[in-house]
Amino acid sequence: MRTWIERHRNILDFTLSSLLRRKRKNAALISVYTLIVFLLASVLFFTYGLREEASLLLKEAPEMTVQRLVAGRQELIPVNYIERIRAIRGVSSITARLWGYYYDPVVGANYTLMVADDQDVAPGTIAVGEGVSRARLVSPGETIEFRTHQGVTMELEIKKTFSSESGLVSSDLVLISEDDFRKVFGTPKGHATDLAVRVRNPKELPTIALKVAELLPDTRQILREELLRTYEAIFNWRGGLLLAILFGAVLAFIIFAWDKASGLSVEEKREIGILKAIGWETSDIIRMKFWEGLVVSLSSFLMGIIMAYIHVFFTSFMLFEPVLKGWAVLYPAFKVTPFVDGAQVASLFFLTVVPYTVATIIPSWRAAIVDPDSVMR
Amino acid sequence: MIELRDVRKVFNSGKPNEFVAVQGISLSLEAHKATVLKGPSGSGKTTLLSLIGCMARPTRGRIRVLDREITSLPERFLTEIRRKTFGFIFQQFNLIRGITALENAMLPAYPLGENFSSIKKRGLHLFDLFNIAPKADSKAEWLSGGETQRVTIVRALMNNPSIIIADEPTAHLDTKLSLEFLDILGKLKQDGKTLLLASHDPLVYESSVVDRVVNVRDGRIEGAGE
Repeated sequence: MRTWIERHRNILDFTLSSLLRRKRKNAALISVYTLIVFLLASVLFFTYGLREEASLLLKEAPEMTVQRLVAGRQELIPVNYIERIRAIRGVSSITARLWGYYYDPVVGANYTLMVADDQDVAPGTIAVGEGVSRARLVSPGETIEFRTHQGVTMELEIKKTFSSESGLVSSDLVLISEDDFRKVFGTPKGHATDLAVRVRNPKELPTIALKVAELLPDTRQILREELLRTYEAIFNWRGGLLLAILFGAVLAFIIFAWDKASGLSVEEKREIGILKAIGWETSDIIRMKFWEGLVVSLSSFLMGIIMAYIHVFFTSFMLFEPVLKGWAVLYPAFKVTPFVDGAQVASLFFLTVVPYTVATIIPSWRAAIVDPDSVMR
Repeated sequence: MIELRDVRKVFNSGKPNEFVAVQGISLSLEAHKATVLKGPSGSGKTTLLSLIGCMARPTRGRIRVLDREITSLPERFLTEIRRKTFGFIFQQFNLIRGITALENAMLPAYPLGENFSSIKKRGLHLFDLFNIAPKADSKAEWLSGGETQRVTIVRALMNNPSIIIADEPTAHLDTKLSLEFLDILGKLKQDGKTLLLASHDPLVYESSVVDRVVNVRDGRIEGAGE
């Protein structure tokens, strides 16, 4: 056993000095390799983190949202629908929601205006998301002017700002009183944007949705599971979009790595011949190349992963923020909770380290099975 | 010690460029003696050295080294014999560039599984013996011709082999360095090593160190091999 360890140690020692001999070539390889792992791991960490975050947030969402459709488009829903839905067995609560989008020409951004359910926001005041206060450079006590649907300017005082913990959803949010909301948008009394329905037993949800559809044929029912699925699809799609772009880079890397790893230079072949001639076995040469491949790929992998972790969880995905964080103008200053999926890291490992290591071994094995007398010539 | 019986080596067998390098040579070499295979280039000397040194297998015939039949041995055993029994001094020296002279010399010992520091100690001792200790940490490519030759000798001696094989060892050396090399060979012979050289340099085959000269031409031995 001791002999076996010493043998490996000696070969590893030679491998490391071999790597140092080709400093520039190996440094270039490690840099490109690290960059690829960094990009891939960044996307994986970020999309996974976002999905986790979104599912956590949506857990608080109502189990069912009821919207009214006219000519296939969403319309305001009469509040008297509430009583009819409440009568359905299994519905535990139902509330009318008022929300809409408001374009602020000052900063050129869209806000989501929403009437607070808890009546926390008194008429004449608002609570704003962190993105809004950042964009307008305003803090509690100051005012923001809104232009109503009639063209009248209305000033509302900021009571408070939201914490950035739920930044992804609330960054562009403005909580407003019902009266002010109706003044801004001209939403008539007795109408709401949609209805939020909660049920006693989530298993009954599809049945209840069916009953609502029968009772109110001009409505559509959106279940929370569907929202979750949509979010997942969007994040997957965005992740996929970036992955598609990365695919080109990955392909270039594969060609580069394959060229480096598989094509042995004349110098390397000569060295293998010398080592064999002075008594190295084919297995020793393969061991050496294995260590070489592993040192390069493992160090690149670890560096890439660590850099991606810092990039995603400490710098808020600085490089790809606009691509992945959605369409809003007010990007949330949002930090993804550090969460790493072991299976994803493992698959990244098997997709990068293993193929590269194997790619370095095969050509060396081919070179090493040749008779060593080549160096005599 | 070393015995060849009807050894034949054909390269590219069955192809249009087929070439018979060794044509049925039988030869017996004694232990603790210096033998030179003498002949012009292309005569088959180097091929003969490769076959004896377990670097290639004969197409036909039998070779015995230290009373062991080596022609039918699997690759792993051949490597082991090569590592423990033979020390090679190549015509092109064949040091690996980019690593130090000492590291080059230590290379044959790495796969033995010996402790690194004891390999290094042995290497440094040999460097001392051959008066090249100050060059131990120099990169191989920075060494002069004579220094390179000595490092190659140290590398050949690293695993304390009983047979030293040298292929045209003076081809790249001037007269002074060639004589120095022959002096070293004399010392190695005194230490009980068996020396087998291939050379067409008169300095070598006329040297007093050499016990026997075997004339090789066109893959055959000429005369009785005095």
